[in-house]
Amino acid sequence: MTTPPILEAQALTKRFGGVTAVNGMSLAVGQGEILGLIGPNGAGKTTMFDLLAGSVTPTSGRILLAGREVTADPAHRRLSRGLGRTFQIPRPFPELSLVDNLLLARQGQTGEHIWASFLSPRRIAAEERAAAEKAREILSMMLLDKLADQPARVLSGGQRKLLELARVMMADPQVILLDEPAAGVNPSLLEVLIDRIRAINATGVTFLLIEHNIDMVTRLCHRIVVMASGAHLCEGTAEQVSRDPRVIEAYLGGAAA
Amino acid sequence: MIDLIGYGAFFLSTALIFAIITLGLNLQWGLTGLFNVGIAGFVAIGAYTSAILTTPDTPDRIGGFGWPILAGWAAAMALTAAAAGFTGFATLRLKSDYLAITTFGVAVVVQLAALNAVGLTGGPFGVAFIPRPFAGLQSDPLAFNLVNLGIIAAVTLACYLALERLSRSPWGRVLRALREDERAAISLGKSARSYRIQAFAVGGAVMGLAGAVQAHFIGFIAPDNYIPTLTFQVWAMLMVGGSGSNRGAVMGAVVVWAVWIGAGWLTSALVPVDWQARAASLQIVAIGVMLCLILLGRPQGFFGPRRGRGME
Repeated sequence: MTTPPILEAQALTKRFGGVTAVNGMSLAVGQGEILGLIGPNGAGKTTMFDLLAGSVTPTSGRILLAGREVTADPAHRRLSRGLGRTFQIPRPFPELSLVDNLLLARQGQTGEHIWASFLSPRRIAAEERAAAEKAREILSMMLLDKLADQPARVLSGGQRKLLELARVMMADPQVILLDEPAAGVNPSLLEVLIDRIRAINATGVTFLLIEHNIDMVTRLCHRIVVMASGAHLCEGTAEQVSRDPRVIEAYLGGAAA
Repeated sequence: MIDLIGYGAFFLSTALIFAIITLGLNLQWGLTGLFNVGIAGFVAIGAYTSAILTTPDTPDRIGGFGWPILAGWAAAMALTAAAAGFTGFATLRLKSDYLAITTFGVAVVVQLAALNAVGLTGGPFGVAFIPRPFAGLQSDPLAFNLVNLGIIAAVTLACYLALERLSRSPWGRVLRALREDERAAISLGKSARSYRIQAFAVGGAVMGLAGAVQAHFIGFIAPDNYIPTLTFQVWAMLMVGGSGSNRGAVMGAVVVWAVWIGAGWLTSALVPVDWQARAASLQIVAIGVMLCLILLGRPQGFFGPRRGRGME
């Protein structure tokens, strides 16, 4: 990598009581890259994801975002620092409209301060108008514009994944963590999802993808990191990784052994 | 006729005080999903704060500050907001039933403190001679009742407008998001802790204001005004009116209070004198039955939650 990594994990370790879920894992995601993180069940991918997203604090190790340490930042501070995430099982706000779902993701809103509603209503109205316009643009890019004013509960499983991606896009993140975006998405919508991730990536947004769907990982990711037993096993292109005997061992034999 | 207008004004004044409390609960429960069952405690804090600060000197009780009524109300809001905010902070990790039990406990503690801290609250004797707004009009009961109604209606309207603005603002949108999915809201950069405390504090301030207004409207307060029945009534009002709607909160308060008073009239008219004391419980039964009917026929209340609508 020529440019410094946009997201870097240094020797992350997470213990839950006696279980070491992540064990000295290091990872560097380059600017503009789509990096896939794969590994057999129980390899520690989800814990790794939660560590990066800030919903779990590491036992030791450091996390750097654009060269700046964010290890101790709580989960709600990460999006404003440029790190967005989606959930494996989407978590839309079901009773809020799609537009409102997106508007919530905008960072640094004047109107989210309690007194602002009384002190600067005009400024809030202007911000809201601009944000709503942007929200509708993003929704139309995700093919959700026809449902923009519907409550999110009407969406199908795949549309919810698109909504989560749309929502996080609203915050102009530099890096997006995707937790199994393909899980439970029907094949035609999956094509849309892959296509949109590529399009967003083309604008310079970096992705880190945890995924079981090898087809999706192969098609999307520039580089793949394989995790096993909480640690870094190997990395490379899809082709290199799929031929690596250690990977085959981890998936077929190693996990059981 | 004059009597009837006077009574109507008195009835509506009481109902609107309940409406203010219900508006406070609507912010906490209807918007944010905080299961606060300690309403009576926050109303009591507001009532006692304003009463203690505005009453003349009384032997054996702290007081004699002689603050103007409006200053008493402002202090009541501030102190109740602090107490409610602290409750919100102390219960950050508690959800649903656990939060309900804890807030219920807070209300019991407040009531017991009011009953026993004689030097501060007058204990079981309560606080009397609370100054009444426009006391000079007292010689003309009708005008006095109407002026009081006017003041209470103005306070209700101010609370309604302020809360309506807040709930339609991006701030209110964050509260709704926290109600729907706290983890998702956190992932979008919202501090669940901070907003929960704010919702507790703002709702509490409104409840405290209602308590203070009522104290000055009646002129006398005692610890048994602030028993769990009050909390129950307010919850019934919000359920009937429609949780999530400020209009519903106001309407529900008036309707439930009418049923409460109506049931009281009916029992006093129909039940033999010997049984009257026990028949008073029928008021609670009437509210319970009404609540069941509403939940069966129109679970979202009169002004069902207008959820899923954008901010146009």
